[in-house]
Amino acid sequence: MTPITLTVNGKKHTVEVSPDTPLLWVLRDTLGLTGTKYGCGVAQCGSCTVLLNGDAIRSCVTTIADCQEKSVTTIEGLSADSTHALQKAWIEDDVPQCGYCQSGQIMAAAALLATHPRPTDQQIDDAMQGILCRCGTYPRIRRAIHRAAAQKGGKS
Amino acid sequence: MNTPTNLTRRDFIKVSSVAGAGLVLSFYLPSKGEPLGAAAAAPAFAPNAWLTIDTNGIVTITVARSEMGQGVLTSMPMIVAEELEADWKNVRVIQAISHPTKYGSMSTGGSFSVRGSWQNLRNAGAAARELLIAAAAQTWGTETSACRAENGTIIHTSGKKLSYGELASKAATMRVPTSLKLKDPKDFKILGKRLRKLDTPSKVNGSAKFGSDIRVPGMLFASVERCPVFGGKVTSFDAAKAKALQGVRDVVQIDSGIAVVATSTWAAFQGRKALTVQWNEGQFAGQNSAAIWKSFEEAAKSKGSIEDYAGSAENALTSAAKKVEAIYYAPLIAHATMEPMNCVADVRSDRCEIWVPTQSPQQVAGEAARILGFPLDKVRVNTTLLGGGFGRRLQTDYSSDAVRVSKAIGAPVSVVWTREDDMQHDWYRPCTYNVLTGGIGKDGWPVAWLHRVVGPGSRGLVVGGSTPPYALPNFQIDSHIKDIGVPIGAWRSVGPSQNGFVVESFIDELAYAAKKDPFEYRRHLLAGSARLRRALEVAAEKAGWGKPLPAGVGRGIAAVESFGSAVAEVFEVSVEKSGKVKIHRIVAAVDCGPVVNPDTLEAQVEGGIVYSLSAVLKDEITIARGRVEQNNFDDYRILTIDEMPKVETHIIPSTESVGGIGEPGLPPVAPALCNAIFAATGKRIRRLPIRPADLQ
Repeated sequence: MTPITLTVNGKKHTVEVSPDTPLLWVLRDTLGLTGTKYGCGVAQCGSCTVLLNGDAIRSCVTTIADCQEKSVTTIEGLSADSTHALQKAWIEDDVPQCGYCQSGQIMAAAALLATHPRPTDQQIDDAMQGILCRCGTYPRIRRAIHRAAAQKGGKS
Repeated sequence: MNTPTNLTRRDFIKVSSVAGAGLVLSFYLPSKGEPLGAAAAAPAFAPNAWLTIDTNGIVTITVARSEMGQGVLTSMPMIVAEELEADWKNVRVIQAISHPTKYGSMSTGGSFSVRGSWQNLRNAGAAARELLIAAAAQTWGTETSACRAENGTIIHTSGKKLSYGELASKAATMRVPTSLKLKDPKDFKILGKRLRKLDTPSKVNGSAKFGSDIRVPGMLFASVERCPVFGGKVTSFDAAKAKALQGVRDVVQIDSGIAVVATSTWAAFQGRKALTVQWNEGQFAGQNSAAIWKSFEEAAKSKGSIEDYAGSAENALTSAAKKVEAIYYAPLIAHATMEPMNCVADVRSDRCEIWVPTQSPQQVAGEAARILGFPLDKVRVNTTLLGGGFGRRLQTDYSSDAVRVSKAIGAPVSVVWTREDDMQHDWYRPCTYNVLTGGIGKDGWPVAWLHRVVGPGSRGLVVGGSTPPYALPNFQIDSHIKDIGVPIGAWRSVGPSQNGFVVESFIDELAYAAKKDPFEYRRHLLAGSARLRRALEVAAEKAGWGKPLPAGVGRGIAAVESFGSAVAEVFEVSVEKSGKVKIHRIVAAVDCGPVVNPDTLEAQVEGGIVYSLSAVLKDEITIARGRVEQNNFDDYRILTIDEMPKVETHIIPSTESVGGIGEPGLPPVAPALCNAIFAATGKRIRRLPIRPADLQ
């Protein structure tokens, strides 16, 4: 088994797991970062969304081998103290209900704002429609993304 | 609400001090099903919740109900804090650990948490406030009437102040007053305010702990291969290949199947794929959806058990000027909580500890004790946050998996179900077959209403919510309960979720048959049901009922009273050529009595509508060869953000008794939507989910 080296939330890790292990389970079971959630295992719900070199990816279908020498950001690493504009907006709009999907929602939104600092509703739909929420927090997610974009002073 | 509450029951509010820790107030909350006010008649002190105030003035409230997104960890403390005049910044909440008796029922369901606790939480807060006032008065050598409570302090008329933290220990030595004055709602500072949920910060940074996030020292991970057919059993299995996989530690047979135990969840999942299992699929191996519907249709040919009636509907029907007949179908549907079922159990030789996202911690404990042969007090159940509940987590199948595996391997274990396990081994909302027969008189008003319902599960799940709220001189509901071999359970809003669809669609059919406006028709027939009629009127008014709509757009209305609250909804829809339904607007009017937190109320109504819409527009669990045919979110689809319609929620100011809010928003969704489709297209949907093919 070849050790695989990757950076997670700014910290370098070397893990020795089967190379086909999905990143999700390395995060949760090997590194103890349980903020990233398992929902479907087949890239259908988005609860496991993290950033890989800045792109939103589904960690349940991304093998650890594909993360070699790459940088992963999870919800735990989005900010040191919950002060990312999205986290502040999420609290301001009291978005979560059960909360299980929210890590994935916030990480997908973070990738969206990185490329579209002032997203339109259509751009929010396109970026977020793969992240399911069973509690129905969608209107608040939309509101919070707009709020975060405004707070960051993003220009469209 | 200024009337003094009699507290002759000093035996049910108890006050004590913990050495140097301030004030501890125990109080009583009624269990589910017990009438409000029953606390007064409680024979003996039965403490089942605590309010503590420490010497720093931190108020901690223990909540024995489960948090699944409905906000109970915030709403219950708000009620106490209001009467206590607490400083909200200093309020903390902790989740109770299961206890057989201390808390009464700890089950979370029936939208009962707030309505079942409202009066007693207020009493508890008020009692603590009076103790603090008494302590301050004694300190100052003055009358209690010269002191008032405000924002975590007692203030004397002279202006001097003492904080709750300073007073807590002394307050613990005061006598509980024999009568309490509850606050006038017009003076509320916390109740009715849009406060953010206390657990929100933990849900935006990954620190919130759900069941599947629990890690205990020495813990292994397990996944259980189950018989795909309900009720099937293992006849033999070969685990050699699974055991050879890296990370797999053990393979054990338990009641529900074959468990692969590993050092990671992924290794356990992989181990399952390497198993070879022979099953005895049991008596339902040939079951399929068509056969289920056929058996219901057959059953419906004969009269079932009478569930409810007035007058004589069968006789009245014979003299009706016009007869309307319809058959309505509600499908099996799954809960599909975002967090699949899971549980951590640590079984030792003489005790067991469990961490589980459950709506029923006492049932989890009871089942564990039974399986292990332990006395109940040797089982400790920690309720974690729930990644959705919706009724699924009232069951104990998944917690028993963990208990059995931990017992078998002698180590703590986290059993995580795959999404496919979760989809295929749910306790589904019953599928029901409904034969409706209505008779209207010459004047158009109903003279007879007959509803025969056939479905699986318990009577309550099948029949609940089938009694029409309308003034019907003659109605009759009868039922056949048929076992179909599929586990059946409570699904958010339970009986009313399917019976609301049936009743509110059929009354719409009668209105059209009578050539009357469906809103006015209902309104007239709700003359004796003021609360529901008011909700109906508010929804219609806010939606602009009767105002012209663009061509092709229709409006539909439905009103259902459930779980102590009245909700009416108006949908505006059009249908594309492809048969795709486009929802332009949803207006909801809600009367749930006093409102704890309007922000939570809106979230619950909106969320309930989305949950119901997924079912109405997309979802059905079908059975073939005794198996559930759906696997995952690719074939059991739920609404996405781009499909989310605009929902306007109107809260009706109300002095009615306190009602639930987690479920009542759901039942009007299906009928209001289908009634709107009828208004738009003339096509009546009687079978859910709505299929585009039915509307092309």
